[in-house]
Amino acid sequence: MFKLSPECDAFIKKESTRYETVHSAIIPALFRVQQELGWVPPEAVSHISGLLKVPDSHVNEVLYFYTMFNKEPVGKLHVQVCTNVSCAMNGARELHESLCKHFNVENGQISKDGKVTVSKVECLGSCGTAPMMQVNDNYYENLTTESAIRKLKELGA
Amino acid sequence: MQTKLLSEHYDKPEFQKIDGYKKHGGYVVLAKALKMDPKAIIEEVKASGLRGRGGAGFPTGTKWSFLPANGEPRYLLCNADEGEPGTFKDRLMMERAPHQLIEGMIISAFAVGSKKSYIYLRGEYDESRRVIEGALKEAYAAGLLGKNILGSGFDHDMDLYMGAGAYICGEETGMISSLEGLKGQPKLKPPFPAVQGYLRKPTIVNNVETLAAVKYIIRDGAAAYRKYGTEKSPGTKLFSVSGNVMKPGNYEVPLGITLKDLIFNVCGGLKPGRKLKAVIPGGSSAPVLNADESMRATMDYEGLAQLGSMLGSGAVIVIDDSNSMVDLLDVIMHFYHHESCGQCTPCREGTGWLSKIVHDIRHGKADVRDIDLVKKVSEQMMGKTICALSDAAAMPAISFVTKFRDEFEQHLKNHAGSRESGETLHA
Ligand SMILES: Cc1cc2nc3c(=O)[nH]c(=O)nc-3n(C[C@H](O)[C@H](O)[C@H](O)COP(=O)(O)O)c2cc1C
Ligand code: SF4
Ligand code: FES
Repeated sequence: MFKLSPECDAFIKKESTRYETVHSAIIPALFRVQQELGWVPPEAVSHISGLLKVPDSHVNEVLYFYTMFNKEPVGKLHVQVCTNVSCAMNGARELHESLCKHFNVENGQISKDGKVTVSKVECLGSCGTAPMMQVNDNYYENLTTESAIRKLKELGA
Repeated sequence: MQTKLLSEHYDKPEFQKIDGYKKHGGYVVLAKALKMDPKAIIEEVKASGLRGRGGAGFPTGTKWSFLPANGEPRYLLCNADEGEPGTFKDRLMMERAPHQLIEGMIISAFAVGSKKSYIYLRGEYDESRRVIEGALKEAYAAGLLGKNILGSGFDHDMDLYMGAGAYICGEETGMISSLEGLKGQPKLKPPFPAVQGYLRKPTIVNNVETLAAVKYIIRDGAAAYRKYGTEKSPGTKLFSVSGNVMKPGNYEVPLGITLKDLIFNVCGGLKPGRKLKAVIPGGSSAPVLNADESMRATMDYEGLAQLGSMLGSGAVIVIDDSNSMVDLLDVIMHFYHHESCGQCTPCREGTGWLSKIVHDIRHGKADVRDIDLVKKVSEQMMGKTICALSDAAAMPAISFVTKFRDEFEQHLKNHAGSRESGETLHA
């Protein structure tokens, strides 16, 4: 049986009455599941829909619309490199490629040791400090390949 | 050159917390506003000529007066989804001056008679979330939110809602869908949100910077605010400057400043030995300016409209001669294709085709006719869809291939031969 921590269930229950409609609790619920498991497994969908009393299809619809929800497992460090225009002009695509090479992964893949996933993403609102990466919840800006790898090592990569 | 109204105290860490904020006059304007007639606040905002800072530049006071004049419950939504490539001004304000936004929002809510507001915050902005959550707690604890604010009899609740990664949720009706717990797909207008928005109730959607500016308009009065900027574009504006300048960053300057001043004086100019090639003056959706146009441009709504572009969100992307315009258009088209929500055929299919054609041009798998095809496809995407994302993709495409036609042709010549036989997009 699929289970989440009691705190996670309690959080979802509480969110269900926070907004004007219960549906608004779907995004916060998915975020919370992802915080606990690192991604949103399919079984979590019926679990959430059970707690919120909304159809599975509504939860799935939201899950698949938004890019921040990981529909597959990711490494302990989810490294997202913005390769949109201002970052691309400042070497972001090269940075992304070097990181993929360094950790021996393709874009979006988890490294063999499960520690790192490197993904290309769109503008993260940090264009004046390009190139940059988001690692889990935090931004690291004005990077070089060396400084990015150093940071990731510090973070346990 | 810089004129700091909104950004005056950004460099003071204490400004993030309520005590520090109050030391610099925080919430004094709210107390003043709560003693005013709400109608007078709307009139003051109208008189100030403030235009929306989120992208479309619609006059804020006019938008507010579209609300039905009955007692029907209404919502105020702050658009903090900041997703337009090149834009990073709202993030900085939320991190450095969260109470300034909250104060502006309470004043605005009082003016339009709203008892409930949300800040819809872009999901990736975790630092902003932490700061805003803290600031909301402080504001509640200080009696600035909740029941009977500062003894005025006005009740207002404010909450934070996190998006989850979708550019389209920055479009106001997409944002409303998202807040309602649905896919963030835009809705057909009319009805406009002011008449039927969140949960079909009258709703005002305004950008972070717009709502913060309201505070200063009420503090100093419309006439004082109009001292900055131009007749049709009053006030100061936060510009996010990125790309190839010496000092990228957020700068607050009066509207109407020349783009030349902004790049060469405020932002320290280009890197040594580089020449200006182009500027995207208002986020990636704004038509690109070539070097000559850039040197003539004034940074206000009417000045950029005259050059066929727009001020948008105030994201200025400076492009020097080390860049390939073909390459940059490829990056931009990939973005719009990725972000189209898929409801409207011209947008869903058009962004896909544009991305594919430009990608093929970049890799030399196309011929000169494909440059015309970019234009043709783009023209068919304009003004035909539920929201403006389709136009937002078409406008840069048309401007790039028109103004840099020679470079596109030259690029194809340089890459001739990489095209595989029989591979063409023409029937
Ligand atoms: C595709 C698209 C994306 C948008 N993204 C944003 C955004 O990230 N932030 C924002 O404030 N406005 C954005 N807008 C504009 C909003 O729809 C809306 O006009 C604005 O939030 C209104 O606030 P304002 O009048 O204060 O500018 C976007 C519009 C479109 C068509
Ligand atoms: S124009 Fe594009 S993004 Fe906007 S509603 Fe239509 S398909 Fe969605
Ligand atoms: S373009 Fe990379 S953060 Fe905006």
